[in-house]
Amino acid sequence: MDASPRKVLFDPLVDNNPVTLQMLGVCSALAVTTNLLNSLIMSAALTVVCVFSNGAVSAIRNHMPSSIRIIVQMTIIASLVIVVDQLLKAFAYEVSRSLSVFVGLIITNCIVLGRAEAFASKNPVGLSLLDGLGNGLGYSAVLIVVGAVRELFGAGSLLGIVILTPAQDGGWYVPNGLLLLPPSAFFIIGLMIWGIRTWKRDQVEPEEFQIHAIHRQEVL
Amino acid sequence: MDDIISLFVRSVFVENLALAFFLGMCTFLAVSKRVATAFGLGIAVIVVMTVTVPVNNLLFKFLLDKGALAWAGLPYVDMSFLGLITYIGVIAAIVQVLEMVLDRYFPALYNALGIFLPLITVNCAILGASLFMVERSYNFTESLVFGLGGGIGWALAVIALAGIREKLKYSDVPEGLQGLGITFITVGLMSLGFMAFSGIQL
Repeated sequence: MDASPRKVLFDPLVDNNPVTLQMLGVCSALAVTTNLLNSLIMSAALTVVCVFSNGAVSAIRNHMPSSIRIIVQMTIIASLVIVVDQLLKAFAYEVSRSLSVFVGLIITNCIVLGRAEAFASKNPVGLSLLDGLGNGLGYSAVLIVVGAVRELFGAGSLLGIVILTPAQDGGWYVPNGLLLLPPSAFFIIGLMIWGIRTWKRDQVEPEEFQIHAIHRQEVL
Repeated sequence: MDDIISLFVRSVFVENLALAFFLGMCTFLAVSKRVATAFGLGIAVIVVMTVTVPVNNLLFKFLLDKGALAWAGLPYVDMSFLGLITYIGVIAAIVQVLEMVLDRYFPALYNALGIFLPLITVNCAILGASLFMVERSYNFTESLVFGLGGGIGWALAVIALAGIREKLKYSDVPEGLQGLGITFITVGLMSLGFMAFSGIQL
């Protein structure tokens, strides 16, 4: 790949975002975003794992027989996730409780394995570290936006600080409880994808099945 | 017996792994374009989950949990931090074994599942089910039922989504929403539908 460091780092932010374009790592992007703090911690955890797993996989890329590479990558990633999980349990126990199983699920997060397999196993260490960072940040961007929207409109606060005083505390804002429930995460990401694709036209997927031109005029 | 049945119903509908916990979303969205393939994947998930959750339960209870190594004369050893790497190893190994067994004895099923079996190793629904089993400290029977129910619930969701998406290609979707976008919205609506079960106390 003839990628410049700058492109490797910034491409995954919007142009080639792992969540909204490549459909990777969606599970945790939906599950942990009920408030901004959880999203931030989760983003940080994933970015750290992604950077170091890319680095490690890239460092041993020339010594690794390709038949066992997946299991080696899984072992590297699982070890990193255990470190992150133990750190969270030690220093941020409350958050670690509320993220519950989703820290562990970074192991099966397709972003980490996907980047290790697609990028780090073919590129030098420096670029791989940057690629891990870029993809981690691209994922973080989605998580932070979704987390902020859900917490602001679902509970009227950001990071626990009240911004829109909810009606039951004498304010004017009636919190939208739906935003704290699972379905809203799908809607927000769906609408985000719509927004990004309206901005970046080239990401639009071609229609699988075109309504015939004559009928189309009747229908619309 | 009652609580076994209620655990089963709860894991299939109320706490659906795909629609309430967002597990296995990547495969869920990627492999739901056609009902036939979604069905194959669903069956594979049910089988793998029913096997891996109880096996991980036994491993946790007799090797990893605090004091679990008492039978080996090490009553104070707590190996639970090795949980994650153990579960994923077990899942990868079982998927591999299952693949070989199916290939040898049930070639028809093996061909039907095809590429989905290896893919399942990195399906977070499988690992997630094992982690939930540990977090909620299920016993062996419960973990068996939970594995089966969770798998069926996931399969149900992916087959339903595939059915909707097959019809969806005849509808006129706004340009930017085509493909991934509209799928997310559809899954959101499905998840809203499944929330109707959430009031049920069993």
